[in-house]
Amino acid sequence: MATLTHGLDASILNRSTQPAKLADLHKSIEVSNLNLYYGSKQALKNVNMVLPRHRVSAFIGPSGCGKSTLLRCFNRMNDLVDGVRIEGKIALEGQDIHARSVNVADLRQRVGMVFQKPNHFPKSIYENVAYGLRIQGVSKRRVLDEAVENALRGSALLDEVKERLHENALSLSGGQQQRLVIARAIAIEPEVLLLDEPASALDPLSTLKIEELIYELKSKYTIVIVTHNMQQAARVSDFTAFMYLGELIEFDATATLFTNPKKKQTEDYITGRYG
Amino acid sequence: MRAWFRSGSPWIWLTASAVSVSLIMVLGLLSMITYQGMGYFWPHEVQELQYQEPGRPAVRLIGEISDHEQVTATRMRESGLDVPAAVLRVDRFLVKTGNRELGGADFRWIVDLGMRGQTIPNDVMVLERREWGNFYGYLRAVKEGSSVVAQGEAAWPALRERLQRALDIFDRIHTIEKGDIGAVNYTLEKLRLAERRLELDGNTDAALHGRIAEQRNEQQAHYGLLQQQLADLYLDLGRDSLSAEVADGRVIDVKLAKVVRAYQPNTMPVIEKTSHYLQKIWEFISDEPREANTEGGVFPAIFGTVMMVLIMSILVTPFGVIAAVYLREYAKQGVFTRIIRIAVNNLAGVPAIVYGVFGLGFFVYFLGSGIDQLFFPEALPHPTFGTGGVLWSSLTLAILTLPVMIVATEEGLARIPRSIREGSLALGATKLETLWRTVLPMASPAIMTGVILAVARAAGEVAPLMLVGVVKLAPSMPVDLNAPFVHLDRKFMHLGFHIYDVGFQSPNVEAARPLVFATALLLVLVIVLLNLTAIKIRNHLRERYRALDG
Repeated sequence: MATLTHGLDASILNRSTQPAKLADLHKSIEVSNLNLYYGSKQALKNVNMVLPRHRVSAFIGPSGCGKSTLLRCFNRMNDLVDGVRIEGKIALEGQDIHARSVNVADLRQRVGMVFQKPNHFPKSIYENVAYGLRIQGVSKRRVLDEAVENALRGSALLDEVKERLHENALSLSGGQQQRLVIARAIAIEPEVLLLDEPASALDPLSTLKIEELIYELKSKYTIVIVTHNMQQAARVSDFTAFMYLGELIEFDATATLFTNPKKKQTEDYITGRYG
Repeated sequence: MRAWFRSGSPWIWLTASAVSVSLIMVLGLLSMITYQGMGYFWPHEVQELQYQEPGRPAVRLIGEISDHEQVTATRMRESGLDVPAAVLRVDRFLVKTGNRELGGADFRWIVDLGMRGQTIPNDVMVLERREWGNFYGYLRAVKEGSSVVAQGEAAWPALRERLQRALDIFDRIHTIEKGDIGAVNYTLEKLRLAERRLELDGNTDAALHGRIAEQRNEQQAHYGLLQQQLADLYLDLGRDSLSAEVADGRVIDVKLAKVVRAYQPNTMPVIEKTSHYLQKIWEFISDEPREANTEGGVFPAIFGTVMMVLIMSILVTPFGVIAAVYLREYAKQGVFTRIIRIAVNNLAGVPAIVYGVFGLGFFVYFLGSGIDQLFFPEALPHPTFGTGGVLWSSLTLAILTLPVMIVATEEGLARIPRSIREGSLALGATKLETLWRTVLPMASPAIMTGVILAVARAAGEVAPLMLVGVVKLAPSMPVDLNAPFVHLDRKFMHLGFHIYDVGFQSPNVEAARPLVFATALLLVLVIVLLNLTAIKIRNHLRERYRALDG
């Protein structure tokens, strides 16, 4: 525990599901030799990693290190950016997500995403959560009601909003909005949930709620979280990847990475010497 | 002084005065047309003037003084008036003397010099008539046929009573002529076209022809009945008349059938004047024009303007939105889209008449004739869509306002945060679903802004319409009770064109001038009303789709 900083203690780490070995777990996402270019600039350099199913994996690293870019590769959000070129392979449950037979919309239904800032739609709370289902063509009131209720319960928001499901989502607080967006993502029951700095715009109390939620959710979903905040990574994740300048420096069980990093760069970063 | 310049206050003053000047000009314009237009409907006092121009016999004039100006004596001398040498300037008045069928003109200029006496008689009477303009005179007797039924003091009450009866009969005649006979004629025309159609198709089915002939006979029998009713009503209507003494002393008979309104303005109490005023305004808004548009109302023009603008909005909105969506959402941004944007912006600067010419050439002559040949061959050579009409006018204006619509929508689309689109895409929505379910609803206030700008531009446009469907006087409105109720092929009247026509093409410009102002005011009000409606819808949408910040 010598290298742990900023008051992290073992009890938080202990909340993480202690894995046997990364290699023993079911592989949810498998990344091999991934290179990504924005025009001529290379943003990801030869990334290889395996993300285990029903675990929380965190990406940490200084700004601009490519952790968000990597995350956005998993649901092909980078396709929307002009001039992006991707080499290498990403497999979801063994299937190449860039294969011709893969429909991007279907892929995104399997790989949900929550963004940095709450980006709920200017609709009612109910319609926000039901959005993904309506896209899938679900229109039966009873089915929708049930799914919305489950999703809101799953994101620990139901008790706070059940009296005002049909009010505009704008009336929610920042933390509630972010949980609403999570509810929206889990309403379509994805396999993977990508969280891109989900708590960076929130106050400490809301952050805590989100972190507890992540802990709850990992029993059903493979969760990948990008965070600036190392304590957060330590608190919520089972595995942590440290990235630097587009390269994956180290990927290991969170406890190992924070207490006994193998690489000098990782150690420097988590002890606050740069970044 | 230098310090004052440095302080920046001159700049503030300059900007503030620019705003004030604009405001004053707008308010000045509005109050001018309001004053000029609304004053017209007030019952002005009627004067009796004793007037003698130097070297001419004395005359008596009865009328309203409607204008006053000063002219140089030289000019008056040149026009043949004998003005004393010491006089430099001459006051002259414009008197509305009416009685056009007697004197030849409604208005007469008189000079102050010749004024010998001026009285405001109590019992002078003004008649508004269906033809020949106003009548001024003293009521002498009311007649039924050729026998006098009332004269002296009793004449005025008798006149009012009998006039009301005549107006009621006239209303019934009007209903029959416009409504029932109009419907019969419409049906007969339809039958004629149906028969012609059968002929063109080479269909000699006796049963069909027989049915048409049967229906025609039915309609003609109905028409005969209506004619009989009309004849009776006309006989009734022509029963009463009045005789009145006019300015030159003659006693003239006027049929009550020809009178719209009779009043004695000099003895009217204010309340009665106000009621008269409101009635006149209501008539102006709700009635059809009379006497080459210089009298009566402008309802067909209001209706035509509003209908044309509404159809234009319905056409331009989807068109503009779809074009903007392609430009902003689908097209690859680059030199080509930039060129298209510049072209679109430049389209907004093309003179309106050019669109009119395009509309005439493309819509009327090309599309219209094509449609006629395909769908209405039975009516040829009489064109159905191959001539100007409300549909072609709306389409022409839709093209005219398309750039505004595209630009406004594009701006609205550009303002929608990327995070919202990503949020939708991340839930497995396709681009189309994202557009349809999220982006377009959120852009709807901006789309409404486009509609508002388009309406403002289209409602005020006249020049292109003159080529593609506006007429001075439309025999029937584009919406009526004959199926299919909406007739997009019909020509229509428009307030803007009405202003031009009444003000500059009318045989009686002096009489029509106040109407020009009143119509202008009405046009402004109609545009304001259309815009307020659109703004209200936009605010509603804004409230509904209020997005998060950023």
